[in-house]
Amino acid sequence: MNDFPWLTAAFVLPLVGAVAVMLVPRRGVADLPKKVALGFSVLTLLLVGALASRFDAGVEGFQLEEVHPWIEAFGAYYALGVDGIGLTLVLLTALLTPVVVLASWNDGERGRWSVNSFFAWMLALEGLAIGAFAATDVFLFYVLFEATLLPIYFLIGGFGGARRSYAALKFLIFSLLGGLVMLASVIGLYIETSKSADGPTYLLSELGPLLAGMDTGFGRWLFLGFFVAFAVKAPMFPVHTWLPDATDEGTPGTSVLLVSILDKIGTFGMIRFCLGLFPEASTWATPVVLVLAVFSILYGGTVAIGQRSIPRLIAYTSVSHFGFIVLGIFVMNSQGQVGSTFYMFAHGLSTGALFLVTGFFIARRGSRQIADFGGVQTVAPVMAGTFLLAGLSSLSLPGLAPFVSEFLVLLGAWVHNWWYAAFAVFGIVLSALYILLMYQRTMTGPVRPGIEKMLDLNGREVAAMAPLVALIVGFGFFPGPLLDVIEPAVETTLTTVDAEDPGPTVTEADVPSAPAAEEEAHQ
Amino acid sequence: MSATPFLVLSAILFTIGCVGVLTRRNAIVVFMCVELMLNASNLALVTFSRVHGNLDGQVAAFFVMVVAAAEVVVGLAIIMTIFRTRRSASVDDASLLKY
Amino acid sequence: MGISMSPVLSEGAVPVVAPSSGDGVFSLLWLVIALPALGAAVILVLGNRRTSAWAHLLGTATVAGSFLLSLVAFFALLGRDEGDRSVGQHLYTWFEAGRFTADIGFLLDPLSALFLLLITGVGGLIHVYSIGYMAHDERRARFFAYLNLFVAAMVMLVLSDNYLGLFLGWEGVGLASYLLIGFWQHKDSAAVAAKKAFVVNRVGDMGMVLAVSLIFATFGSVSFEGVSEVAAGASEATLAVIGLLLLLAACGKSAQVPLQSWLLDAMEGPTPVSALIHAATMVTAGVYLVVRSNFIFERTELGQGAVVIVGVVTLLFGAIIGCAKDDIKKVLAASTMSQIGYMMLAAGLGVAGYAFAIFHLLTHGFFKANMFLGAGSVMHAMDDDVDMRHYGALRKALPVTFLTFAMGYLAIIGFPGFSGFWSKDKIIESAFGENLWIGLAALAGAGITAFYMTRLMIMTFLAEKRWAPDVHPHEAPKVMTVPLMVLAALSVLGGLLLLGGWITDWLAPVVGVAEHHVLPLPAIAYTLIVTATVAVGIAVAWVFVMKRDIPREAPQEVSFVTRAARADLYGDAANEALLMRPGNTMVESLITFDDHGVDGVVDGTGSAAMGMSGTFRKVQTGYVRSYALSLLSGALLVVLALLAVNLV
Repeated sequence: MNDFPWLTAAFVLPLVGAVAVMLVPRRGVADLPKKVALGFSVLTLLLVGALASRFDAGVEGFQLEEVHPWIEAFGAYYALGVDGIGLTLVLLTALLTPVVVLASWNDGERGRWSVNSFFAWMLALEGLAIGAFAATDVFLFYVLFEATLLPIYFLIGGFGGARRSYAALKFLIFSLLGGLVMLASVIGLYIETSKSADGPTYLLSELGPLLAGMDTGFGRWLFLGFFVAFAVKAPMFPVHTWLPDATDEGTPGTSVLLVSILDKIGTFGMIRFCLGLFPEASTWATPVVLVLAVFSILYGGTVAIGQRSIPRLIAYTSVSHFGFIVLGIFVMNSQGQVGSTFYMFAHGLSTGALFLVTGFFIARRGSRQIADFGGVQTVAPVMAGTFLLAGLSSLSLPGLAPFVSEFLVLLGAWVHNWWYAAFAVFGIVLSALYILLMYQRTMTGPVRPGIEKMLDLNGREVAAMAPLVALIVGFGFFPGPLLDVIEPAVETTLTTVDAEDPGPTVTEADVPSAPAAEEEAHQ
Repeated sequence: MSATPFLVLSAILFTIGCVGVLTRRNAIVVFMCVELMLNASNLALVTFSRVHGNLDGQVAAFFVMVVAAAEVVVGLAIIMTIFRTRRSASVDDASLLKY
Repeated sequence: MGISMSPVLSEGAVPVVAPSSGDGVFSLLWLVIALPALGAAVILVLGNRRTSAWAHLLGTATVAGSFLLSLVAFFALLGRDEGDRSVGQHLYTWFEAGRFTADIGFLLDPLSALFLLLITGVGGLIHVYSIGYMAHDERRARFFAYLNLFVAAMVMLVLSDNYLGLFLGWEGVGLASYLLIGFWQHKDSAAVAAKKAFVVNRVGDMGMVLAVSLIFATFGSVSFEGVSEVAAGASEATLAVIGLLLLLAACGKSAQVPLQSWLLDAMEGPTPVSALIHAATMVTAGVYLVVRSNFIFERTELGQGAVVIVGVVTLLFGAIIGCAKDDIKKVLAASTMSQIGYMMLAAGLGVAGYAFAIFHLLTHGFFKANMFLGAGSVMHAMDDDVDMRHYGALRKALPVTFLTFAMGYLAIIGFPGFSGFWSKDKIIESAFGENLWIGLAALAGAGITAFYMTRLMIMTFLAEKRWAPDVHPHEAPKVMTVPLMVLAALSVLGGLLLLGGWITDWLAPVVGVAEHHVLPLPAIAYTLIVTATVAVGIAVAWVFVMKRDIPREAPQEVSFVTRAARADLYGDAANEALLMRPGNTMVESLITFDDHGVDGVVDGTGSAAMGMSGTFRKVQTGYVRSYALSLLSGALLVVLALLAVNLV
């Protein structure tokens, strides 16, 4: 089975699932489309699990590669392959989709279109996202990057709340505009590579050497094109305002797919394409990007504190968290980048859990406003406990997965330049404030009217949340296996941008000999 | 034989047709004017064919006639339908496609 | 018990942490954490209802197991040579990235061994007490899960061999504290207090995160061993920054000025929680951090000076607040702040004070836990009323509580012979050795302590009875009084630790050996001065409280000082004016900026496009002839353009 196209299978299986879900008759066996969708997502998870077991953690570079010519006229290939960073995100996608399907069991009923299409779009998104994370050809990536917009557009526009049309359109226009700028850069790449003897190519493995001799100014423009698209997707200040609206209107499951998976394509793209293809321009842009990232952290956190709607609040926390991710990517050292990559994974879990569990009680109460809740812990302790755990992971409590990543990012920021860390660290106070204020207002205190009869989590919901909780705690104490996978890929990126970790400023050579030390202590 | 008179005639006919299309309201008349413009261009095509001494222009003129005939079939049918529903053949009355 | 001075250390040298590998009983160290952690996990996963029958037994048994293990480890350590009393155990690598490595590893040395005994011992007693205290709470199982979680995290904090593992425990105890302060979450006040405690602690955590970052960037390691080896090579400025950042963290956890405001509110939690977390163990973590980091603080005058200032300010701050409070738990909480101020002060004095800081920490752990549990017993008897103005003459109704509480009282004011006498006296003496003014401040603190604690005793147990007629005070059950008796005994006998200078010798391998101080007066003179000051404090309380009527309602026409002390010396008001209100304004204005500024640009672009299309669509008149005209003009334009291009 050495030649089995693992990544293609993981890419296509959910798409096949999407078609299958559409074909399932709506009448007949109860919930058949949902069951088929769950089945396909679990199958994909198993497939990705098998794929991951074939991945050799210690090796740098892409593995499980498949390369086939696609459009030779401009050098596009159908090329898939994963390194540690890609694999982490493929895993995240495969892990989250079954959870989301299970948690969104009844969320597709009141949509504009059929239940089938709700779950079909979810599976379609899973497939396209896996493809985007595994693409090793810039053109293929671009196509998939843009294609992922459609499922989310239809999920928000078809199954969202009252202002779903506005939110869906806003999301689409933002993303398309960003994508358009990126398209210009993609075309620019063609212009650059078509000068070479072998003709144009979009293959990552061939682009690196080809772009090395590129004109500096031209390279910076191309970098900007990519960066803008990824910054919109991530989302960073000041191009973030589509996210609160999208999460406020979308179903919880949609928000998870959007924030936990789709937005990661943005930060993933920064590592893979901005740093990987334009090392010179990335170093050039570092100070500005870092300032923007730190500003995003503080801005997102501050604005989150005052939000009145729960999904909007979580959206702004994500703006803050994505600031951390970008900060870690651009500090250009292994602590920062390993932290960032792990942050993408951990943030997927923690924000996913947060969106889903808040979705449960929002659906029960029929309101998204914080002010409509109060005292839930008294009537639904398991739900409140799950919410608290998700919230604590969002504020990066040590012992939960996001802490490892957030700490590494702050550490990397300090090693790069302590000013950034000194400002970014205020993010940990802000996160405590926004999470615990929300928890206090919704879950504690006397039971508010409308809450008395609220039911605790049912079996299906517990089944959906349990894997997330287990992963958050498990990776909080044992992040080692995943970090081992990520580290070689980060080393490759750092070699590309020609960055090296600085050593300690004080070594044993600096220690004065024993009598001198004693002398100093006496002073 | 000079081609000029034919081309002048063609231009005059085309202009008449053009002005007719722009100014008349009766759909049938507008339609006739379109036909007039087509035939004006046919005349020009045939003239050039003669000047160049090959049959390309004549072939093109036949194409135009065939297309014109087909267009008459569809166009008249539309005018008839509009007339039946609105009891009017004025092109200004059918302005549903405005902003 | 006098052990000769360590051969490896000379006076004033800063020791290097160099553990030998742990085997035998020491290889079971992880169980000290794992047992209570397992207890917490079992109860939390199974849920309150399924475990309510036996959760309290499980919780207590796991902590008792941890205590036994600690005891065995302690004696095993005691049996070793003085130079060899430092045992390390590496469990696994938590995470690593590049050169950075965070281990889960343990360091058992004389310092952490004492803490282990304090945490699991006092923790175990408080578990036992809670069986009775929480008997009527339907969520008792959950309470024990949180208590177990706390013990596990606290042991992690003191047992870790590196700063990051310490931080894991540090936040773990913060979480347990959050959960337990807000245990009665149906009360808004409890939920708000819990959140406040967590957020204020987070401010301190910023210092911790940055300190660990700077330590790594400077030394390339975050383990105590790695840092202590090379700390001497760092510049004074770097060490000072590390010291100040660590102090910020310590201020948060130990409720020191300026991060003191959460502790009084934390009294919303059940009383055993106040005893265990907010008196005996967690709040002393800051002192532990400073003492543990002695290899840093010893080399920065600025850092040590800051620790001393924080300690002195807090010890007076807490003492003054304690004088005006009528809530028995808040008096004790203010007193805790003040006593930790003493420990901080001692820790800031350097080698001269580390051992005494830890000594006072231990004795304080005994007598303060004792008094908090006693207060719990009083509340239990008085239907959860905490206002001392409603007590009075309880010594007859609650004889056991009264007697045990009195032991704690005598210990805290420093009555000769009781444990607090030995520990506080040593600190004040060292303070005078450092600086006359610091010494005087510490002395004044002792006098005020005597005053407010006597006031508490009088208002609660002495004077005439002021209860409402429907209150029938009764002594607590055995399960609650036995822990009180044990702690009372420890409060009396805790001073034995100083016998023959045992505790200073025991801690010497960790914190170094003090140079011999030359004091301006003989030591006995200081003892007499302190005792006299304490006597004055008692006398003042006797005259102003015992000899006057105590009204059931707090009088409103009081001096400016009393008003300030009742308002926690305006700590909350300052926070509100300086942080919360500007913060709220900033949040609101940023939201406005986001909604109308950033998003306004976005929506504005959309509206502009809509407006333009609104203008341009007017072109679509629907009249065939206008379309035809535009067609014609277009065609003409094209022709003209072509002509123009050709002609040029």
